[in-house]
Amino acid sequence: MRISEQTIAHLARLAHLDLEPEEMERLTRDLGAILEYVERLADTGETIADDLLPMTWLREDNPMLPLAPGIAVSVAPERHNELFKVPPVLGGDRSKSA
Amino acid sequence: MSLLALPASTLAARVKKGEVRAAHVVEESLARIESENPRLGAVLHVGADAARETARRVDDDVSRGIDPGPLAGVPILLKDNISTLGMPTTAGSRILDGYRPLFDATVVEKLRKAGAIPIGKTNLDEFAMGSSTENSAFGVTRNPWDMTRVPGGSSGGSAAAVASAMTPVALGSDTGGSVRQPASFCGVYGLLPTYGRVSRFGLIAFASSLDQIGPMARDLGGVRAVFEVIAGHDPRDATSSIQAPAPARTGPLRVGVAQELLSRPGVETAVAARLEEAAQKLERSGAKLVPVTLPDPDKAVATYYLIATAEASSNLARYDGVRYGLRVPGETVESMMRLTRSAGFGREVKRRILLGTFVLSSGYYDAYYVRAQSHRALLRRAFLKIFEGVDVVLLPTSPTTAFAIGDRTEDPLAMYLADVFTVYGNLAGLPALSVPAGRDAAGLPVGAQLMAPPFGEDRLFAAAEQLEGTGV
Repeated sequence: MRISEQTIAHLARLAHLDLEPEEMERLTRDLGAILEYVERLADTGETIADDLLPMTWLREDNPMLPLAPGIAVSVAPERHNELFKVPPVLGGDRSKSA
Repeated sequence: MSLLALPASTLAARVKKGEVRAAHVVEESLARIESENPRLGAVLHVGADAARETARRVDDDVSRGIDPGPLAGVPILLKDNISTLGMPTTAGSRILDGYRPLFDATVVEKLRKAGAIPIGKTNLDEFAMGSSTENSAFGVTRNPWDMTRVPGGSSGGSAAAVASAMTPVALGSDTGGSVRQPASFCGVYGLLPTYGRVSRFGLIAFASSLDQIGPMARDLGGVRAVFEVIAGHDPRDATSSIQAPAPARTGPLRVGVAQELLSRPGVETAVAARLEEAAQKLERSGAKLVPVTLPDPDKAVATYYLIATAEASSNLARYDGVRYGLRVPGETVESMMRLTRSAGFGREVKRRILLGTFVLSSGYYDAYYVRAQSHRALLRRAFLKIFEGVDVVLLPTSPTTAFAIGDRTEDPLAMYLADVFTVYGNLAGLPALSVPAGRDAAGLPVGAQLMAPPFGEDRLFAAAEQLEGTGV
């Protein structure tokens, strides 16, 4: 399938990535080739199997002891006491990241 | 003879008897890493002080008559996407440069309890995404058999380290062939355990429904000994299985031979020839050869890349510059996140995140993701049906021997096809073992792959025993 630079730009926004023009061009080409290869899965007339992920078994969702906050923040790039410190969440350049 | 040339189980037995000191083994391993690593680039971090301390404890146990465990004094290298307390864990990515986990992965805890000595961390394709160990932010790893060639990937550092006798054993992780393909390229054994058999707790997630940690070693006994230590239920991994291993089979081994794969375009003649010889050797040992037809490998690769990238795009959303790893400052939290991810992720990782985002996006989800999941279910059914008639299946690990560094970096699809025979195991959740099966005319190792039904690792070991000695 053909994929446009606009689609790549949209995907990059969704994935929180900025792409240089050279990256954009290369990724448009690469993803187009990969999607062409995976087209072999489409329109084969096979029914959709309903036993998806047959090998997955999940444990009970029981809470376990978490890391103590002071320890958890010890590897953070920036922290304030026992809290992760981040730049403002509201305002700023939202137009670029919608 | 160097102690590091001994099989892991022999080495452990000698340490336990007090014939060899663990401290001495560790010094040999550290010296070997120091002499070999500058040319190979297999090891990213060495934890010398902690390794020496662990060795002292093992030697103390021996001197006091306490059994240090089945891997007493055996130095082991760990792929750098396996969390280690006290050593960095980078996943080969700039975004985790300098990150030091606050806990050990379950496999590392188990290795320590068994007397093994984690000695360092090995290079990998960034976030285990690759088949050549050329995608690491910290340099390429070279194949010890030919320095102009790749060691395979993504566990190329572990494979090169074991092949060059830095340690007798190492751990890798396998999402689409990342233990088995480098094992094949470097002439060592590499095991993908049944999905759920080995805990993924502490393994940096790439594609959670496909990822498994697996051992690599120069001898079959080493792979088996490490597997037996790291296998088992772990409540900290939601997908860890409580199922018991399959009972051992009696009578002659029935080996399914996927003959038609050997004449596929892209399969090197030496690979096909070594596989024919492996089949003949199994037959001479009393096995019954049964022709089998495996599901279309091209469809399997397509299925794999849709599912793996979808899961990766979700798993890698956690790298946001907030809690650990790299942060590139920005005016708002959103710009900080974009700047951090753009600077921190390499080319292949961005490619897969975008493909995964596409696969999961509205309008394409049913056409790609749901269809891929359906193919995955059909593929698993097909394999379970095949295993009603055979105990193991024999096929190549890789269609080629090690390719040249730089050969495939500009063509992602060519790189993805390096996994054409290995993705079956991950998609179907089956165990598979790459066994050294001789060399090509240039002296490069060829790997034969054995696959078994779920929890049938013992069948793989039984079949591989018949092939021992054909290797490099």
